[in-house]
Amino acid sequence: MEPFKTITSKAVPFNRRNVDTDIIMPSEFLKSLSREGLGVGAFKALRYLEDGSPNPDSEFNNPAYEGAQILLAGPNIGCGSSREHAAWGIKDMGFKVIIAASFADIFYSNCFKNGIVTVILPEAQVEALMEDVKEGAEISVDLEAQTVQRPNQEVFHFDYEPFKRHALLNGLDEIGITLQKAGALDEFEKQQSQKLPWLYGAA
Amino acid sequence: MPHAKTLYEKIWDAHVVDPGDGETSLIYIDRHIIHEVTTPQAFEGLKLAGRKVRRPEAVIAVPDHNVPTKDRDKPIEDPQSAAQVAMLKEKCAEYGIEHIEMNDIRQGIVHVIGPEQGITQPGITLVCGDSHTATHGAFGALAFGIGTSEVEHCLATQTLQLKKSKTMKVEVVGEPGPWLTAKDIILAIIAHIGTSGGTGHVIEFFGPAITGLTMEGRMTLCNMAIEAGARAGLIAPDEKTFEYLQDKPRAPQGVHWNAAMAHWSTLKSDPDATFDKVAVVDVADIPPLVTWGTSPEDVAPITGTVPHPDDFANPSKQDAARKALDYLGLEAGMNIQDIKIDRAFIGSCTNSRIEDMRAAAVIARGRKVAPNVIEALVVPGSGLVKAQAEREGLDKIFTEAGFEWREPGCSMCLAMNADRVGPKERCASTSNRNFVGRQGPDARTHLMSPAMAAAAAIAGHLADVRDYPPIPPVQEAA
Repeated sequence: MEPFKTITSKAVPFNRRNVDTDIIMPSEFLKSLSREGLGVGAFKALRYLEDGSPNPDSEFNNPAYEGAQILLAGPNIGCGSSREHAAWGIKDMGFKVIIAASFADIFYSNCFKNGIVTVILPEAQVEALMEDVKEGAEISVDLEAQTVQRPNQEVFHFDYEPFKRHALLNGLDEIGITLQKAGALDEFEKQQSQKLPWLYGAA
Repeated sequence: MPHAKTLYEKIWDAHVVDPGDGETSLIYIDRHIIHEVTTPQAFEGLKLAGRKVRRPEAVIAVPDHNVPTKDRDKPIEDPQSAAQVAMLKEKCAEYGIEHIEMNDIRQGIVHVIGPEQGITQPGITLVCGDSHTATHGAFGALAFGIGTSEVEHCLATQTLQLKKSKTMKVEVVGEPGPWLTAKDIILAIIAHIGTSGGTGHVIEFFGPAITGLTMEGRMTLCNMAIEAGARAGLIAPDEKTFEYLQDKPRAPQGVHWNAAMAHWSTLKSDPDATFDKVAVVDVADIPPLVTWGTSPEDVAPITGTVPHPDDFANPSKQDAARKALDYLGLEAGMNIQDIKIDRAFIGSCTNSRIEDMRAAAVIARGRKVAPNVIEALVVPGSGLVKAQAEREGLDKIFTEAGFEWREPGCSMCLAMNADRVGPKERCASTSNRNFVGRQGPDARTHLMSPAMAAAAAIAGHLADVRDYPPIPPVQEAA
């Protein structure tokens, strides 16, 4: 995973509540064997018209937001299915940060695993940012300082889980971190196999 | 005195490998079920990093999401689906993981076969790359869906780095009326607390209406805890749980059975344990429920009308309701029972167990699917459910009534195989999600119980199952 650096970018204001992962990545794209190239399927029903051409009414096709690396979303973004393809697709579209009032649990975790920073701010602040960026203005996200800076220089602070923040800032390989705990893991299995032997193949 | 704990806290504490910073801990995972759709990239990641599967015997694989539900003797037509199914088998052989083949009688939906094989047990941690893993909480297991990176992490380490969830108590009060099933109860709960009501929480269900449910009903209930935003649902194990598990292939046997029962009997929230959030839902006197919108919280009684967007207090909810009615092609104020359907689907990890088959068959027996219904599918959750239903003659009841009796899999719930709802077609479905495009592009979904879906198929429109009393079987002449 690439270490996360402070990002200053345009942002797409995507103001819908309860956007589920079926909307983010329809099931027709789940047949892929790869993590790559899924941006084309992301938000398909919203981004494209029936004939396959870009939908001019979609925020994602608005030229004012071209090159945006920040997605401003409505509350409960990513509810429903656990498909990580939703996070892969958003990443492939070029987004590195999602800011919302709340995230569905599994989607939140999936974003983290792919180096996408998920910022939780009060709904009113998210709505203020959506207003800010409407004409293509840039905002900044600093994970080190845990701040979002508005175009008027005002700063919103956010909380972040220390473990995830550390991993994102340093681009750490989470499996590698866990494998360093092999000793504790061996000990856990030894004790559990004595206490609950039927979970270890004892008949 | 040690502080009182909830069931969730007890299971969590028993699985901490490393407490970490106190917020994010390394948690041991006892059982891991995998399927063909959310694992290819995990295996690819293992290979690239040169890592092994830590405990292959704690993992079991079965294809379910995009397997066909008919013509199983022929190769899978869709090359991408075929590639995923083939890759699962190949990777399982490479890493020494048991794999249940598509044509094995034990094959079925991950959340049906886990309990059926006795893999799911009280007090264990169980994960699967599928959000409906919440289902297994019906046995008092801490079970939740994970993404593919977590699948890879769990294969490599048999653990996950997890942030401890908050706890939520949902107490269901009141005596359910006739035909008020587990599906109706969970829809009532989701309508009450909303699709994000359980976000960040693990829900434990309480109340006589919950303990009164069969294991199949409890699975239906916990299955849709995710639709209330909760990553997991829990019901404390009891005699019904033990009875269900006894003699299941992978359940503890002999002397271990008694030890396991003694351990399982301790798995309940302490009487004075406190929860971070509490909701009370009254199910007395509510009619069977259906959804009218594109979120599982959009619930209406079958005796009711389609709501008006202006009825909602919140402007963004009003906007969502307007979009939902437009998508579903419905008029505000119309009678729910005037909504005509094109298809019916009885199946999915929510409602494809033997009890669901029986409930639908009781309504279908002696009746015919309405002529305006293009297709009414019955898809059992596993080969074993299918065989049991056939022993009971349920397949004949369905086919005589004009339903199609299929092979097990996820099928029309998420339109990954050939079973799907066409654009602007409307489906009475026993699945779990009425999301935009879920059952196919532009498909329109109404969620309900199996008996209600059978009644809708017979009527040709959404219908009140209570108006379709069972017709007794015709007695053969002596």
